[in-house]
Amino acid sequence: MMEKMIFGRYIPGNSFVHQLDPRSKLIFVFAFIIIVFLANNIVTYAILLAFTLFVILMSRIRLYFLVNGLKPVIFLMAFTFILHILMNKEGAVLLDLGFMKIHEEGLKQGIFISMRFLVLVFITSILTLTTSPISITDGLETLLNPLKKIKLPVHELALMMSISLRFIPTLMDETDKIMKAQMARGSDLSAGPLKDRLKAVVPLLVPLFVSAFKRAEDLATAMEVRGYRGGEGRTRYRQLKWDIKDTMSLVLLLAVAATLWLLRN
Amino acid sequence: MSEILSFNHITFSYTPENAEARKAVQDVSFSVNQGEWIAIVGHNGSGKSTMAKLMCGLLFPEQGEVRIKRDVLTEENLWEIRSQIGMVFQNPDNQFVGATVQDDVAFSLENNGVPYEEMVIRVKEALEQVKMEGFINHEPHHLSGGQKQRVAIAGALAMYPQILILDEATSMLDPQGREEVLKTVQALREKIGLTVLSITHDLEEALLADRVIFMNDGKKYAEGTPAEIFALGDQLVDFGLDLPFATKMTKLLQAQGVQLVGQHMTEEELVNDLWTSNFNK
Ligand SMILES: Nc1ncnc2c1ncn2[C@@H]1O[C@H](COP(=O)(O)OP(=O)(O)OP(=O)(O)O)[C@@H](O)[C@H]1O
Ligand SMILES: [Mg+2]
Repeated sequence: MMEKMIFGRYIPGNSFVHQLDPRSKLIFVFAFIIIVFLANNIVTYAILLAFTLFVILMSRIRLYFLVNGLKPVIFLMAFTFILHILMNKEGAVLLDLGFMKIHEEGLKQGIFISMRFLVLVFITSILTLTTSPISITDGLETLLNPLKKIKLPVHELALMMSISLRFIPTLMDETDKIMKAQMARGSDLSAGPLKDRLKAVVPLLVPLFVSAFKRAEDLATAMEVRGYRGGEGRTRYRQLKWDIKDTMSLVLLLAVAATLWLLRN
Repeated sequence: MSEILSFNHITFSYTPENAEARKAVQDVSFSVNQGEWIAIVGHNGSGKSTMAKLMCGLLFPEQGEVRIKRDVLTEENLWEIRSQIGMVFQNPDNQFVGATVQDDVAFSLENNGVPYEEMVIRVKEALEQVKMEGFINHEPHHLSGGQKQRVAIAGALAMYPQILILDEATSMLDPQGREEVLKTVQALREKIGLTVLSITHDLEEALLADRVIFMNDGKKYAEGTPAEIFALGDQLVDFGLDLPFATKMTKLLQAQGVQLVGQHMTEEELVNDLWTSNFNK
């Protein structure tokens, strides 16, 4: 179940999309979110869908894998679709089932809205699937850099995020260890009424928190000894490289936006 | 030989408001010469880690002064001095800051504003020195404890430090990891003349040192060559330390009436002595 979920997962690779700078990908996704709202008829939605499929193709992520991983989202989509069909009573009646009528507008809106949803989810998933969390952090940090002027602690936030990302596997391992230790002492997390199971979680969380605080303290000491004193005067080891590819992909997106603008009602 | 670090009648307490309480470090003096390997041993809570923290200005003494290359450590020269000291702690996981091996090694360089081109060279160099160059893109959870500690050493080396402090850096490692790390440190010392201060519970590790400082309840109890310190024998045991295996074995053999002269610090010495002393008979 967990293995199939692809939210927030990163699949290393070497495709065109993988090679893009995280900054261009982030800009791309944010721009795309706005552009999606330009589509309002069949042609424009078709273009949007075709473009999304093209992006997926360029990322070399298998469509089957993507659809499979996004199953819960697709259920949600089907639900909105049905809701639209049931609720929207505009336009000509397409089908009369006696107890309910399906209207033209309802069908159209249902398809459009779920399509919008689908392309958005696909494109954002492509971003996270092709960009390692640490690159996303780097990209965000550089993009948000101007906000330092209004006293937003961009560097600190990015560092916090990268350290959390780095400690996730460590804490997972630790949870596993504590769980086994508690199981060896007879605690059962997988059976019994909900109340008992919740109670069994407490002896799991307490040691986990204690050790996380200990780790945080150790880490702070280690960072200080290694000369960390905030973002001031710091250089960066992870360099971001803006390439012709990045400009190209943004130009392409701009072209798509222009086409949508021209063809929309 | 020039002096590189010294403690001058250092006293420190975590609870200065309580004058009755035992001080974590009390009137400790010693000095370390360039290129020396010093081991600091002592029971739990004897003040070893506190001393390490005093050396790099994480704590400041109540009395006395810490000198690094004859400069007294103060709030002003703190960062300057820290950049000359590398420190490796006990828990390999809790000092790994970067997302990958190379990021972690670069961390102190970034902090000190080293330009990018220079960083690339130094990171590579440091990783080669600890033989971890093949792991440059590895994430910490895919490394063994010994490998993580070697990365931590590389992170310190990248700054070209004068002094390397190991605060029980091998105590959470398996014997193999421990050996890896100690071999690395030994090789570095020979190659670049690093001064090493190793805080340890493991008396076998203390054997590698030129000099041993023996701490007890925040005070310096004894100081000398490993041979001199282990000659204290039972006193060490009384203070909660574990003698090296060979030394213990010698004692047990002597108690059994086996004729052995002196004491032995390594297994090899003991074995040699055992067969030669019987040979002579
Ligand atoms: N942060 C702290 N706050 C208050 N007291 C402390 C703190 N850290 C250490 N101490 C106390 O100071 C004394 C010396 O501790 P220190 O950590 O230096 O010992 P140590 O020799 O490193 O021990 P170990 O072998 O367990 O690492 C101990 O009595 C300890 O309880
Ligand atoms: Mg300690």
